[in-house]
Amino acid sequence: MLDKSFYDKADEIIALHGATSSALIPIIQDIQSEYRYLPPELLVYVAKQIGITESKAFSVATFYENFSFEPKGKYVIKVCDGTACHVRKSTAILERLYAELGVSKEKPTTDDMMFTLETVSCLGACGLAPVLTVNDKVYPAMTPDAASELIRELRGA
Amino acid sequence: MKYITINNRKVPLEGEKNLLSVIRKAGIDLPTFCYHSELSTYGACRMCVVEDDRGKVFASCSEVPKEGMVIYTNTPKLQHHRKLILELLLASHCRDCTTCRANGTCELQKLATQLGVDRVRFENTKEIQPLDTSSNCVVIDPNKCILCGDCVRTCEEIQGVGVLNFAYRGSKMRVMPAFNKQMSETDCVGCGQCRVVCPTGAITIKSNVHSVWEAIADKNKRVVVQIAPAVRVAIGDKFGIPKGENSLGKLAAALRRMGFDEIYDTNFGADLTVMEESKELVERLESGENLPLFTSCCPGWINFCEKKFPQFRKNISTCRSPQQMFGALIKEEARMNKEDTRETIVVSIMPCTAKKDEIVRPEHFTDGVQDVDFVLTTTEVTRMIQEGGIDLSRMPSESLDMPFGLASGSAAIFGVTGGVTEAVLRKLINSNKIEDLEQISFCGVRGVEGVKECTVQLGEREVRIAIVNGLKSAEEILLKLEKGEVHYDFVEVMACKRGCIAGGGQPTPIGPRTKQARYDGMYNIDKAAQIKLSNENPIVQSLYEGILKGKEHKLLHNEH
Repeated sequence: MLDKSFYDKADEIIALHGATSSALIPIIQDIQSEYRYLPPELLVYVAKQIGITESKAFSVATFYENFSFEPKGKYVIKVCDGTACHVRKSTAILERLYAELGVSKEKPTTDDMMFTLETVSCLGACGLAPVLTVNDKVYPAMTPDAASELIRELRGA
Repeated sequence: MKYITINNRKVPLEGEKNLLSVIRKAGIDLPTFCYHSELSTYGACRMCVVEDDRGKVFASCSEVPKEGMVIYTNTPKLQHHRKLILELLLASHCRDCTTCRANGTCELQKLATQLGVDRVRFENTKEIQPLDTSSNCVVIDPNKCILCGDCVRTCEEIQGVGVLNFAYRGSKMRVMPAFNKQMSETDCVGCGQCRVVCPTGAITIKSNVHSVWEAIADKNKRVVVQIAPAVRVAIGDKFGIPKGENSLGKLAAALRRMGFDEIYDTNFGADLTVMEESKELVERLESGENLPLFTSCCPGWINFCEKKFPQFRKNISTCRSPQQMFGALIKEEARMNKEDTRETIVVSIMPCTAKKDEIVRPEHFTDGVQDVDFVLTTTEVTRMIQEGGIDLSRMPSESLDMPFGLASGSAAIFGVTGGVTEAVLRKLINSNKIEDLEQISFCGVRGVEGVKECTVQLGEREVRIAIVNGLKSAEEILLKLEKGEVHYDFVEVMACKRGCIAGGGQPTPIGPRTKQARYDGMYNIDKAAQIKLSNENPIVQSLYEGILKGKEHKLLHNEH
C-alpha cells in the first residue's frame, strides 16, 4: 500500500482524463511522468477506477516498453541504438556509460537513484547520430569521452 | 437468394456473421485455434485462411460474407501457408507430446497430423518457463501456450473474471495473470473454462488420479465414490458411446472393476439439497431477510461472489452443495459404524474443477476431518478407466449401491442450468402430477439463455426468480441488484454456460452438438425417473428420521 498522496494524485489524473477504459494509456503516462515510474499499486488502482481488469491493465502496461514498474533515476539516459547510431558506434558509448555508472542491462538504475541507462531503437534523429537523450534533452554526435564528461556534469549539477 | 461460391459450389447466405460459419455450413471443416462461436473474433491463429478469385489470402473468421464472393478453401497456396503457419506455431512449442496431459486431445497435434507437418525446421529458442501449480483446480504450463487467447477471452467475456491476459510483446509475449502472480493469488474462481477452450496442454486439470489409485490399493481404506449428475452424460465421450447418452450403469461397472468399494450417487446429495434449500427459501420468504436467496451448489459461483461481491455473501444459501452434503453424511455414517475399522475415503466424480477447491474450504471439515477427500473430474476418471484397461462401451450396465444410490429426477437435472430451481419448485409445489410437473418445466426455468426470469405463485406469494449461467451474466445481475434495478426472491447461479454439463472438468472438445446432446441427456434421465420429487425419495425420508435427526445443521449447512 502506497501513501495516500499517491492515490489522491491518481484520482486527480483520472478526473482529468475521465474514468473510462479508453483513458488508460494517458492516465498511466501522466502517473509515470509524475513519479518517473508506474507504481504497480497505482496501475491496479487505476484499473479498478476505470472498470477494467488488473490483467488487462498489466497487458497494456507491459506491451509498451516506455512504462516501467521500477523506480527510475533522476536522470534517464536513453542511448539510441538504431541503425544509424549503431553504425556510428553507439555501442562504445553505451559500454562506457555502463562502466562509468556501474549499471547493466539487467540493473539499469544506479543505487543512488541518480541515473537510469536505457537503450532505444531509434530516436528519429539519425542525422545527429550517434545520439542520446537525458530526460528528453537531446545530445547529438556523442563520443564515449563526451558521454563521460556529460555524466560528470550531471553529477556536479 | 444471396449466395457465395465456395470451392465452385454455391452456398446461400443466411445471416452468418462471418465467412467461416458459411464455410462450415457448407460441410468444410476449416481448422481454427482461436475461433469459438461464443467468444469475440480474434483472428490470431490464421489457420482458417481462404483464398478469393483474385488470389488474395485472408482469415475467414474475421471476414464478413458478402454476396457474390468466390472463395477457395484448399488451394496449393493455402496448403502451403497453413502448413507454414502451423510449423511456426510449433517452432516455439514444447514438443514432449508423449508425456503431455493433452496427448490425444491436443488440437495442435491433431492439425499437425492432418496438415502433414512431418518436421519442424525451426529450433525452439524459447526459455523454459516454470509451471504454475498453485491453483487447486488447474495447472498452467506456459511452454505449451500458442497464444491463441481463447482462455483470455473466455475468462473475461464469458466468466467476467478476467484473471488471464497477454503480457509483454513480440517474442516475449505470454499469457499470465497481472504481475505474473500465481493463480492461487488471483481472483481465479477455479471454473476451469480456460482449460475447456485451451487447444493444447497449456492449461490442464490438476490431477488427483495417483492419490485415488493409492487409496484404492490400500486395504485399510474403504473407498466410497459419488457420481455427480452431469458426469453420466459425458463419461462415454472417449469410448465411442453416443454423446449425451446416460452411461451411469456402465460407469458403475467400471468403477467396481477398478476397485472402488461402494458406488453412490451425488444425486442423492442433490435430493438433500432440495429439501434443505426449499426449506430455507420458505423461511427467508417469511422473514423477508437476506433476499434474494442465492443457490450454493456451484463452487465457482461461490468463489466469484466472495471475491467480487462480498456484500452479497449473506444472500448465499447456507446449504452445502450436494457433494459436501454427501461427503459429510458418509463420514458421519462411518463414524457411527464402529464395526468397520477401515478408514473411509470419499471420492467424488465431478464435471467440475472448482469442486477440487470446494473440498478444502475450512467449513468442509467436520470435527477436523475432511468430508470429501478427493475430487476426480470426468476427464480424470476417463483416464483411470483407460489406465485400468477397461473398455467402457463394453461394460454391462450395473446398478449403484444402496442406500445412497437412489435419487429422484429432480436431482438428475442439477447438472443443467435451471435444474436446481426446477427441483426446488417441484418440492415446494409438492405435486407429482404430470400436468403440474409440466407446468413447472414450461414456466421459464428451462433454456440456455444467460439470464432467465420467471415468477411462480407459491400460495399467496408471487416468487420472483432469476436463473443465471455464465459468471459474466451473474455479474450483470448482481450489479443490477445492487442498484435496485431488479428484485428477485430466488437466484440460481451456475458458473459455467449451460451448467455442469459443460463444466471445466468435462471431456473436451465440447462443441455445440455435444452441449445439446448432454443437455437433452440430463432431461431424459429425469423423464425416465420413477421418483420425480426429492421429498418422495424414500431413503431421504428415512434419513431424516435416522442419522440426520438433530444433525441437519451440522451435516448439511455452513455457517456464515
